Amino acid sequence: MHFVQKLGAVTLRLILRMGSMGIFLAKAAFYSVTPPLKFSLVLKKIQFIGFQSISVIFLTGAFTGMVLGYQGFNTLSRFGSDAFLGPMVGLALIKEMGPVISALMVTGRAGSSVTAEIGIMRISEQIDALELMGLNPYRYLVVPNFWAGVISLPLLTAIFDVVGIFGGYLIGVKLLGVSSGVYFGEMVSYVDMSDIWEGVFKSLNFGLLIAWICCFKGYYTGYYTGFGAEGVSKATTQAVVVSSVFILVWDYFLTSTRLFF
Amino acid sequence: MIKVEKLYKSFDGLEVLRGASFSVGKGQVLALIGRSGFGKSVLLKHIAGLMQPDSGNVIVDGHDMASLKGRDLSRLRNRLGFLFQSGALFDSMTIFENVAFPLKEKTKLRENQIREKVIYQLELVGLKGSEEKYPSQISGGMIKRASLARALVEEPEIMLFDEPTTGLDPLTGQSILNLIDSCHKRFGFTGIIVTHEIPKIFEIVDKVAMLHEGEILFEGSPEEIFSSKEPLVRSFLSGSIQLSKGELESGRGGEDIYDVDKRDS
Repeated sequence: MHFVQKLGAVTLRLILRMGSMGIFLAKAAFYSVTPPLKFSLVLKKIQFIGFQSISVIFLTGAFTGMVLGYQGFNTLSRFGSDAFLGPMVGLALIKEMGPVISALMVTGRAGSSVTAEIGIMRISEQIDALELMGLNPYRYLVVPNFWAGVISLPLLTAIFDVVGIFGGYLIGVKLLGVSSGVYFGEMVSYVDMSDIWEGVFKSLNFGLLIAWICCFKGYYTGYYTGFGAEGVSKATTQAVVVSSVFILVWDYFLTSTRLFF
Repeated sequence: MIKVEKLYKSFDGLEVLRGASFSVGKGQVLALIGRSGFGKSVLLKHIAGLMQPDSGNVIVDGHDMASLKGRDLSRLRNRLGFLFQSGALFDSMTIFENVAFPLKEKTKLRENQIREKVIYQLELVGLKGSEEKYPSQISGGMIKRASLARALVEEPEIMLFDEPTTGLDPLTGQSILNLIDSCHKRFGFTGIIVTHEIPKIFEIVDKVAMLHEGEILFEGSPEEIFSSKEPLVRSFLSGSIQLSKGELESGRGGEDIYDVDKRDS
């Protein structure tokens, strides 16, 4: 009986948490599309989430492309198909690795910071202060992050893809001797617009997902993770872990169902 | 102006408020006193609409706070100022930006008008010259002053103070109380002050309510509380006054004082 009670309590808690996450998303979505939109805050967040992530995206994109160049060449040359290195690198980056790795990098670099910032504002009563001024905290703390996530992620993914493709080019063409014309020519033949849209669609999803989870974890610091510095620390860790897992799970869901592309 | 009726609130089965009731008239200032952990701040947050009661009502100027939502709640909150125990200043903004924030976001005042108002408020609370400092660069007393300036900049009709002098030395504490008093005389707000500053607070308030184990044990004027026959009120007062006079040995906490006085009475 004791076990059943515990199981029931855990299940109820989980349902409650999911419910509050759903309500949070609905509210954020509503306030994101209704005026007034704080443009200056959105721009500030794009600068933080997007612009300041470019260097890390550049580096990870370059090395991912270079690794793909090596591994792709080694594998394809076993079957005498090294001419297909370009399409392999391009498709892998555009459809999967670009959106997923970019999203994971942004989660680690900016998502954690978003959670910590909102979490500290929660425990130091700054969010209560906003509410008591008759201002809507969602418009100041959540909506700018949602817009910044949705706008920045596809752009960062595009940078990741381009840099990755050139990383693969550097290794495949310049180091391992694949013809430059073949590398790009085959890529153009095999990668079509639907593949690019798939990547864009995924990165849009991941941008929304990161903003949703990281803002939620910060906003509800104290409710679910305890108060004080420890509460913020737990919320930040949970935000990164949950976002990363959800990115991979949602990526699988999007890829396997092919519902939207 | 503010009426609290049979307010109940519990957290994880722990009853914090158990039918608390009191009222404050327009323009009056009430001191809400009582031991730590007995729900004074929780009560204040109910009045501000930051918490929802399990049962009972908080009526502010004829509006039931629990039933107000969205724009109606925002409209009422525009008439309300709140001084948080921690100050709750936005730590990424300067003192000037903090005080200017509600004016920038909620009014159509021009930049120079906002500047004028903010400078006036900062002068009023004695923070002239600290405009460009960040909250992390100023003392606890200055944070309370800046927070008071931010709360008063819109000239609210209702002011709620959550332990405005906690953590401050006696002199700074007294100056904050004087500041609240002078602001009350200037702006004429209706106020509730959650405080442990006994007996100093009685000099600046019109009413006193004592919260004990979630209920209002006493409600009346500062004069009446001294003639109260209620043993718990008497022991709380004597303990607090002794503590404020520093007549007790250092290092003895409120818990000990309370018990000693209870036995005495």
